[in-house]
Amino acid sequence: MSNDAAVNDHHDDHKPPFFTRWFCSTNHKDIGTLYITIALIAAVVGGLMSWYIRLELAQPGIQYIDDFQFYNVLVTAHGFIMVFFVVMPALIGGFGNWFVPLMIGAPDMAFPRMNNISFWLLAAGFILLLLSAVVGDGVGTGWTVYPPLSSQEFHPGPSVDFGILSLHVAGASSILGAINLIVTIFNMRAPGMTIHRMPLFVWSILITAFLLLLALPVLAGALTMLLTDRNFGTHFFDPGAGGDPVLWQHLFWFFGHPEVYIIILPAFGVISQIISTFSKKPVFGYLGMAYAMAAIGVVGFVVWAHHMFTVGFNVETRAYFTVATMVIAVPTGIKIFSWLATMWGGSIRLEVPMLYALAFIFLFVVGGVTGITLANASADLVFHDTYYVVAHFHYVMAIAAILGMFAGFYYWIGKMSGKQYPKSLAKLQFWVFFVGVNVLFFPQHFSGLAGMPRRIPDYPDMYAGWNYVSSIGAVITAFGTLLFFVVLWRTLTSKELVPANQWGEGATTLEWTVASPAPFHTHEILPDMTGKEPAE
Amino acid sequence: MLKRDKKNAKFALVLLSLVGGMVGLSFASVPLYQLFCKVTGYGGTLNTEGVVASSKVSERTIKVHFDSNISPKLNWRFQPQQNEVTVRLGEHKLAFYEAKNISEKALTGHAIYNVTPFKAAQYFSKIDCFCFTEQTLDAGQVVPMPVQFYIDPEILTDPNTKEITTITLSYTFYPSESESIDDKKKLNLSSLVKLLYNG
Repeated sequence: MSNDAAVNDHHDDHKPPFFTRWFCSTNHKDIGTLYITIALIAAVVGGLMSWYIRLELAQPGIQYIDDFQFYNVLVTAHGFIMVFFVVMPALIGGFGNWFVPLMIGAPDMAFPRMNNISFWLLAAGFILLLLSAVVGDGVGTGWTVYPPLSSQEFHPGPSVDFGILSLHVAGASSILGAINLIVTIFNMRAPGMTIHRMPLFVWSILITAFLLLLALPVLAGALTMLLTDRNFGTHFFDPGAGGDPVLWQHLFWFFGHPEVYIIILPAFGVISQIISTFSKKPVFGYLGMAYAMAAIGVVGFVVWAHHMFTVGFNVETRAYFTVATMVIAVPTGIKIFSWLATMWGGSIRLEVPMLYALAFIFLFVVGGVTGITLANASADLVFHDTYYVVAHFHYVMAIAAILGMFAGFYYWIGKMSGKQYPKSLAKLQFWVFFVGVNVLFFPQHFSGLAGMPRRIPDYPDMYAGWNYVSSIGAVITAFGTLLFFVVLWRTLTSKELVPANQWGEGATTLEWTVASPAPFHTHEILPDMTGKEPAE
Repeated sequence: MLKRDKKNAKFALVLLSLVGGMVGLSFASVPLYQLFCKVTGYGGTLNTEGVVASSKVSERTIKVHFDSNISPKLNWRFQPQQNEVTVRLGEHKLAFYEAKNISEKALTGHAIYNVTPFKAAQYFSKIDCFCFTEQTLDAGQVVPMPVQFYIDPEILTDPNTKEITTITLSYTFYPSESESIDDKKKLNLSSLVKLLYNG
C-alpha cells in the first residue's frame, strides 16, 4: 500500500511560487515548516539570553550586567520566548501541523486559511515582544507578570503594555490553532480511523488543544484587566482601591499550570511514537496512555494554587492543593510505566530519536520526583523562589520538552526533508547536549537546597562552587546546540535520500505510507483503515 | 460550501463560544472572588455586617494588636493611640487611631484593613469604623479615628481557631480614588514625555 500511495502523491506535486508558497501558505506542511523555523530563530534568541544570564552568574559579584532591570528583562524574555515562541510553535504548530493530518489520513487541516492567520499572528506576537525591550525599560516582571511589580507604579512606560499585547496576539494565535486542530482531529479522520485508533501523538495534540482552549482565555482576561489597570484607571489588582493582587496570581496560575502541560503533552506524544517504533512493538496499554493524558489535562486545572503556597492559605486549602498535585503523579506514572513496558522484550534499536526518547524519560522522572517534593505545601514554603524550583521546572518541563523536540526532529526530518541526517554527528550532538544540560541543571538543586534565591544577578560566595559547575554545563550545552545547527545544515544539504518508511517494520503510522519528503498534497485519496490494527 | 465545511464551521463556532465562555468566567471571577473572601474570611477579610444578635460575653480574653501603614502617596501620619488592648470575647470595644495631615493642602484618604491570623477574620466583627468612609483632613489637621469591634465567642468552638490568643488588626491608608487618578495621569504623562525625549 505504501508504494501505491507514494506514486499517487508524487503525481500532484506541483508547488506555488515562492512568495505565495511561504507568505500566503494554506498548506499544512508548509505552515508546519514555518512554525519550526520561527521556533528555531526564537530558540537562538532565548538561548543567547540564558547564556548571558549564566555568564553573569558564573562568579559571585557583578561582572557583566550592572543594570539589574536589564537582568530582570533577560530572565523574563527568556521565559516568554522559550514558552510561547519556541516550545509551543515547534511541538504544536510545527509537528502538530505537519503530522496530525498525515497521521489521521486527512488531506489538510480543517481551516487552511485560519492556519495561515495563526502563524502570522504568532510572528507578530514575537515582534511585539522584542519591541517591548526597546520602547522603554523593558519588561522586568518575570514571566508571571505579578502586580504590583507590573503596575504603572513600578513599570512606567510602555514596555509592559507591549508585553501584554504580545501575549494577547500569541494567545489568539494559539486559540485559533487549537480550534483548527480539534476540528481537524474530530471531523477529518480517514474512514476507519476511529478515535481509539489514533496514534498517541494525535491524542496528545488533541488534549493539548483543549487545554489551550480552556486556559488561554483566562490569561487573556487577566491580561486585559492588567492592561486597563495600567492605562484606564481600573483597580482589579490595586489593593488601595479595593482590588487584590492575589487575584492576579489565581488567574495567572489557572492558566499557568495547564500551560506547563500544554508544553509537555505533545512531547509525551512524540516520545510514545518513537519508543514504539524503535522497540518494534505497539505501545503498551494504548488506551491507558491516551486517557492518562486526558486525566493529566483534567487534574491540571485544579492544582494551580501550588504555585502560590506562600500567599497565606489556610491549612485545608494547602492540604487540598498538596494532595491534588500529588494525584497527578498517578497518570504520569502510568505513562512512564507504559513506556518502559513497551521497551520490555522489544527489539530495541538505539537510533538518535530513541536516544533522545530515553533521555526524555530520564529527565522527566528526575523533574517529576522534585515536583513531588515541591508539592508539599510545608516544604514549598522553604523551597519557594529558590534555584531548587528553577532546577525542577527546567528538568521536568523545559529541557524535557526540548529533548522531545530534538527526538521529534530526528524522527521526522527524513519525512519532512527527504534527507538522511548524519548519524554519527547526530549521536555526538545527542551526547554533548545530554551531558551539558545535566551538568547545567543538576547542581542547581544543590544551590536551591542551600537557599540560593532566583532572579537575582548576584549571590554570596558560598554558592560559587555549584554555580561554576552549572556554568561549565552551560558551555557544554552551547556546544551541543551549535552541533545541532551543524547537523541541521548537513542534513538539508545532504545527498543521501531516505525511503518512504525509513524506520522499517516498527513505524506503523500513516505518515510512513507517503513518500519522503512528503509531497505537497497527501492523502487526496483517503486511506481506508477499516478493520486494520490500531495505529499504536 | 461543502457539507463537510459546514459541519467544520459549526464545530469551530461551538469551540469559539467555549473560548468566549472562559473569558467571561475570568471576568466573573472578580466579583466571585470578592464574595468568596467575604463569606470565608479568606485573606483576613473582616465581617462588617454589624452586631450579630446578642452574643454572650465570655470570660476568655484575646489580645488585639493594632498596626498602621500608610501609602507613600498620601502625605499623612497615621498611628494607633494604643498598641494593644485585651478584650473579652463578645465584649464591644472601642479603640482609637490618630491621623495627621502633614501636607500643605487638604487630602482625602481611605483605609483598607485585614486581620492576622487570617483564620480569625470570620470571628472579628467591626460595628463601626473610620475605615467605612473616606476621610478628608485639612492641612495640618489632627483627627482621632475610632473603631468599634467585638470578637465572636464562637471562635472558641472552631477547632482551627480556638488556640488563638492574639489577633492583629492592620490598616493601610491610601489616597482616595480621585486623587490617585490625578497622580496616575501625571505619572503617565511624565513617562510618555520621558519616552519621546529619550527616543
